[in-house]
Parts: sequence; C-alpha cells; structure tokens
Amino acid sequence: MMRLELVKRPQRSALFSMLSPFIAFALTIIAGAVLFALLGVNPLTAFRIYFVEPISQVWQLHELAIKAAPLILIAVGLSVCYKANIWNIGAEGQFIFGAIFGSILPVLFPQFEGPLVLPLMLLCGMVGGAAYAAIPAMLKTRFGTNEILTSLMLVYVAQLFLDWLVRGPWRDPQGHGFPQTIQFGDSAVLPELMPDAGRANWGFVFALVAAVLVWILMGRMLKGFEVRVLGSSPRAGRFAGFGLNRMVFFAFLLSGALAGLAGICEVSGAIGQLQPVISPGYGFTAIIVAFLGRLNPLGIIAAGLVLALTYLGGEAVQSALGISDKVVRVFQGMLLFFVLGCDTLIHYRIRVIGLALTKQDSAAKLEAAPKLKEAR
Amino acid sequence: MGGTVSANHDGTNLLEVRGLTKIFGTLTACDHIDLNIAKGEIHALLGENGAGKSTLVKMLFGSLEPNSGEIFWNGQAVRITSPGAAKKLGIGMVFQHFSLFEALTAAENIALSLDDGSPISSIAAKARALSFSYGLPLDPESLVGDLSVGERQRIEIIRCLLQTPQLIILDEPTSVLTPQEADKLFETLERLRSEGKSILYISHRLEEVKRICDRATVLRHGKVVGHCNPREETAASLARMMVGNEVQAVERAPVEGIETAPSLLEIRNLSRKPATPFSIALKNISLDVRAGEVIGIAGVAGNGQGEFFESVSGEVQQHDAASVRIRGKNAGGLTITGRRLLGAAFVPEERLGHGAAPRMKLSENLLLSRHATDGKAFVGTGGMVKGAAVYAASQRIIEAMDVRKSAPDPEAAALSGGNLQKFIVGRELDRRPSVMVVNQPTWGVDAGAAAHIRQALIELSRSGSAVLVISQDLDELFEISDAIAVMHNGELSRPMPIAEATFEKVGLLMGGAEPGHAEHTLETA
Repeated sequence: MMRLELVKRPQRSALFSMLSPFIAFALTIIAGAVLFALLGVNPLTAFRIYFVEPISQVWQLHELAIKAAPLILIAVGLSVCYKANIWNIGAEGQFIFGAIFGSILPVLFPQFEGPLVLPLMLLCGMVGGAAYAAIPAMLKTRFGTNEILTSLMLVYVAQLFLDWLVRGPWRDPQGHGFPQTIQFGDSAVLPELMPDAGRANWGFVFALVAAVLVWILMGRMLKGFEVRVLGSSPRAGRFAGFGLNRMVFFAFLLSGALAGLAGICEVSGAIGQLQPVISPGYGFTAIIVAFLGRLNPLGIIAAGLVLALTYLGGEAVQSALGISDKVVRVFQGMLLFFVLGCDTLIHYRIRVIGLALTKQDSAAKLEAAPKLKEAR
Repeated sequence: MGGTVSANHDGTNLLEVRGLTKIFGTLTACDHIDLNIAKGEIHALLGENGAGKSTLVKMLFGSLEPNSGEIFWNGQAVRITSPGAAKKLGIGMVFQHFSLFEALTAAENIALSLDDGSPISSIAAKARALSFSYGLPLDPESLVGDLSVGERQRIEIIRCLLQTPQLIILDEPTSVLTPQEADKLFETLERLRSEGKSILYISHRLEEVKRICDRATVLRHGKVVGHCNPREETAASLARMMVGNEVQAVERAPVEGIETAPSLLEIRNLSRKPATPFSIALKNISLDVRAGEVIGIAGVAGNGQGEFFESVSGEVQQHDAASVRIRGKNAGGLTITGRRLLGAAFVPEERLGHGAAPRMKLSENLLLSRHATDGKAFVGTGGMVKGAAVYAASQRIIEAMDVRKSAPDPEAAALSGGNLQKFIVGRELDRRPSVMVVNQPTWGVDAGAAAHIRQALIELSRSGSAVLVISQDLDELFEISDAIAVMHNGELSRPMPIAEATFEKVGLLMGGAEPGHAEHTLETA
C-alpha cells in the first residue's frame, strides 16, 4: 500500500515560502469548481462571474479598493501581532469601537464643522480601537489570560454595544424609528479620491501608507527587530533586555489603532452613518489576509485585494446565479485552510512511500525511537 | 596506536563491527567504522563533538539503521532493528541525558522500563540487591525528584543491569558527577569487568580513559583514526589523535597585587526563592570579582548555577539593589540592559534560543545584546537600525574569533556549536566589558575552539576586567581561574586561590561537604 509521509526539511524552504499562497489559491479554485458543480452551476461560468466580471470596469475597481482598504489596514496591524507571537483575534471588535469613537463628533456635535472635524474623527477612531485592544492586553499581562479567547469574546460585546447605541441613545430622532444615527455632515465625510471615476476614498491611501510604514518598522527599525526576536525566541528576547509585557501592549495598541482607523474610515467614507452592522466580517477576514500575505505588509496589500474580490464576487454570483452569499465565507474559509496547509511545505517535504521502500520506512520509524524512550 | 583489527570470528570478541556506515543527506556521520569489543573489557570510544560517536552508538543500540556494514554478536551476524532487539541480544545503554520521571520513585521508574508486569515490590527488592552487590547505594523507594544527579545515574545503571546485559554502553557518564562520585562509578565498572561483562565507554575525558579503559577506538570526522591501548598513551597523544593536530595549551600569567585591585563585581547576600518546584533557591551568596582576575564557579549541574546567572545578569531583578553591584554602583534593581550599560557583559549557557535567536542572522544576533550599549553606533535617529555598521561589526567579530561559516551572514542555527559560541563570546569581548559573566563557556565546543575562548577570557581579565566563569568542567576551571568557588544546593563556598585548590578539595565541596550539608559526607558503599 502506498502512503504519504512528511519529512522535516533541514532548513525552511525559500521556494515554498513564496509558492505556498499560489498553490493555496490554485487548490481553492479547484475545490471551488467542485463546489459550484455540486450546486449545479457550470464552474467556468461561475468563475467568470465571481472573479472576472467584478473587476472589468473602472468603477468596479473603485469598489474593490473600498473593500480592500479595511482589510489591508487591519491585516497590517495583525501582522505585527502575529510576528510577535501575540494572537489578536478581536480586530472586528476594535474596528467597531474605532467606528463608535470616531462617530462621537459627527453624531453628538453635528453643529461643529470645518477642516478639523475629519482629522479629529480619524484620531478618535484610532484611540477607540487602541483602547478596546488594550483590554485583552491588560488581561494577558496582569492575569495571564489567553488573548485569543478574550479578544475574540470582546468582539461580541462590541457588536451588541453598537446595536444598543444605534437603537437607543444615538438613534436619529428623525429617522422614522430605523436603528441608525443621523447622516454625517459634509465635513465629516471622508472624501472620494476621484469622484468622477468611482467611489474609492482616502481609506485606500491610508491603507497603502500604513503598509509601507509597517514594512519599514519591521524590516529596518529596532522596534521591528524587537517584535521579531520576542516572537521567535522569547528567552533570547529577555536576554536582549526586551520586555514581553511591553511588547504585548505595543502589538495590541498598534493593531487596535489600525483596526479603529479602518472602522472610522468605513463609517465616514463608505456608509456615512452608524448602523447596527457596519462590517461584513472585515476583522476576521483580515486574519486570512495577514497569513495569505505571509505577514509581510507588502504581501498583505496583494492579499487584501484578492480577499476583497471574494466579497465582490460573492455579491455577483448571488445576483446573477442565485447562489447564497454564504459562498463568500466558504471561499474565504477554504483559502485560509489551504494557506495554512500549504505552509507545512515550507518546513516539511512530502515523501511517497510504496511497498518497495519498506526498509527506509522502518529506518524513519527508528529515528523516532529515542523520543519514545524519553517519554517512557 | 594504529594497531590493526584482527578479523577473528572465534568467539573471543563479544561484538564486532565491520564497515558500519551511516549517511544523513550529504553528511557521512559514520564512514566504514570497524570496532571489536572483547569479552570482559572496558573499551573507550573517543572523539570530539561531531566525530560520530553518538551515531555509532545509536546504530549499536538499534535506534538508527546503518546504510551499510555488518554487526557480529558472539560471531553471529545480526541486525539490530530496535532498542528492544538490542536489549534481547544483551546490549544495555545508559544515556547521557536521563529519562526519569521526577515525581515517581526509583523503583517505579525502573518498573516502567522493564515493561514485564512484575510487581513493584519485587522490582524494588531486585534493585536493592543489585545496588548492594555492585556498590551503588540507592533507596528504591526514594522520589527521583529528591535525588542528586549521581543517584539518578545509579537508577539508570541499575535499570540497565536488571536486564542482565553482556555489553553496557555508557555515554559520557562522568560529565555530571563529582570526582568522588566518578571514583565510585569506576569501582562499579571494574567489578562488572571482572564478571566478564563488556563495557563501551564513551568520553572525551582522557585521564579517566587512561585510568580505566583497556583499549580505545578513536573517531574523527566519522572515521576510525586509530585503535590503541590508552594506558600506553599520554593525554596529549590521545588528544592529538582526536583533534588531528596539536591543541595549543592555554597560557595564564600569574596576577600580582590582586588584593588591592578594585572589585568590579560585588555580590552581597544574594538570595532568591525557587521559581518552580524543581528549581533551586539561592542562599545568601556573596562574592567579589576584582579587576584583573578570573573567578571560577564549580558545581554539579542543577545546583543553582542557572538561577545565579539569571540573578547576576538582571534577567531576574532583585529587591535589594545592593545585592549586586557593578563597578561600585548598585545594580540589583536594574534590568539586563541597565547592567550592560554599567559595563557588564553576559554569556548564557544555552546558545540557541537564549544567547542567540536561532533563525536570525549573525549580524542581527549582534544587535541582540548590543542594541543599547552601542546605541549610537548601531541605531540611528528615529530607531532606524544602521544595517551596514552592524554588518561590519559582526564581520569584525567573525574575523577576530575565527568563526567558520558557510555564508557571509548565516543564521545562527546554521553554525556548529563551537563556532556559534565563539561568535557569542566574541560579541561581548568586542565591547571590552569591565565585567564579564560566562556560564559554561565551552560546553559542547571542540578542543580547538575551547582553547581559543579560554585564552580570550584570560586576556580580557589581564587587561583589567573582572571575569566570572561558571562551569561544570573542572579541567577548564583549573586552567583559567585565579580562584575557584563551588556552588552546591544554592550556596556558594568561599573562593579558594588556585594555588591551594586541588581536584579533591573542590570535589568534596561539589559533593556538599562544606557550606550547609556538613553532616552529609560522601556516601560509602
């Protein structure tokens, strides 16, 4: 009988480190074809509608940028966390709190207008996201809680808090009872980049600037070195004099601020008011973006555009073929699944073992024997 | 030396190995090894780190399968496919690193490895009988966690003897023992030999090989470079066979007027509670290291050396700021960075993962310990790293310490242990620190690199720095120290000037003869 075995590589493979996202994307396409075929749709037609048509006109590219901007902003911040081996899963909540803090000015003080309004809103958004991210950071450093659980659970708190706000204290009194705030005034709206061509706003520029800045931080600056050392070998980091607790706060505050900026940009630019639901799961999808982009800010720009396309494509197949919009989640899930799977190839190679090779086979087992002995 | 191997199959050899070869990728770890072990002999397997000793032994014990070559057991060709098969043949092994559960008793640990379902009480009785007859005092009911390293080794040996092996393989057995404990072990080995059992004794300690072994096989770079009778060789000639060339002796000029030199590192009543149930508490440690001298701290592993290093380096800070003073300033409350800025430098025991980040380049690992002390040279405005300056400095260190590597700026993990250690020590020496604290400076480092590192430490002290060396290698400490103190169970003895120190005195202290434990003399059989 034939079987497959994973053999550890002596060094990480640079080739597969680069190829892995592409292999993952190809596998996603194959699995997606099977999915569409099972749904009774010609896969080729479906892929044309999903991946090609949504970006065949200039205004559609603007829509792509609108969807990509929050993904890139959030993922760039998350990449710093993940490089530091800190697992912030709650960017969705930090996104929402950024949107809420940033909306204080236009919702509670609509009479305040002028060129200062927008910068203050963006600043408030970043402060809000960072403050919300500080909660899991404090719980982790103070009480040693697992940041994966706390940051994730705080997402639901944020969602329900926003829901309560727009149905209660912040509801537009002239809104016929709809759960939403007043429309933001003109000076509180994030301007569009090229109003004649499409809707894309300054959020996309912020995303690109953030990616380049974080790229410089991680590759060229002492702070980025600190992140990488503490993430890869914490004991060496302690020997270097870097504090792990300080790093937890740094990573959470930075990623929280960027998620918060994404939140206020989305509300101020694309939506124009607060609603019960302001995100189609950007904070979670950004986790996929971060890994698909190999935790490299420049790679994240490309990955953000790809994942943005899965949103647009999902809407397109829903209207054109009548397929549930849940297909978006399925595609994103498969992509993350295959990315993580393919990353195994960076550290391992696959060996096919047939009957003829039983001798080598038993040798491989014996190599594992000393470990078994220690365990005994 | 250089005697040929006679290919007799008449049964006087218990084990014969012919042309045994093991290849890992492009590396030939064992290249056509020939080895004969006669009945009732203690046979030494000598070689530096990486010479292929462990690979050879793993093939004999069945944990690795050779690519080619033959093994004869009592004249019969055999294939040893697993450690279980090796045990059935009558081959037993005592590993360098023990595999014992600390929370179980000695007898329970033995029962786990026997795996034959006999009741603990009968195993304990057998173990007690064996320990009595071989002069290996051991209480089978005692918890492993409470036992010294030497006692734990006895469990391993008894567990091996219970399987009545004909051949016992011992891997570096004395590296964790005091000289007196080692003496006890040698008595046991001689007794086993007199019963006709054979022993394969792996070591790089030449004096003890000369003392107890009948024959020796020397490996270098995976090949047998000679068979010899160690009693007819000198330590120098054995070392030459192992290393392939003359190892330069370390020179240590005597220091004068050290009493009047300023104390650059002062430790006053340093105490620390154990951080985990199995770590050691530090008790009231005081020590002065003066400008111009090397102080050595001896001790069996696990007597608080790691805890002591962490406390002195500032990886763990003290409540009492005066408990550690560097160049006359209180440093107990400072972080490792603060202590470095006072002029101190540190080299920890673990190279990969503590002294260096394995997956980072050497230049980045230079930045690891020097980003603060050399902040102006290596870090520019706004926290930008000056890559070119860091790279140039790392190349300077690589050259000064003769670090051998395959790429201009390889990852730390890609270097051999000795070369990485040379880099890590060189990284600190390059700063000309006034205080240098080193834990296990040459652990697992080949003889040539070790001599280089030791000489560099002596030279640093002679240029006016205070050097503190923690080591388990007594030969090393006697070679480089001006005075030796001994750490036992978290306490530190007063430093003994090197002129007064002997192996025996230091050994007694290592066994716990002086501070504390006064009633605890060495166990007798």
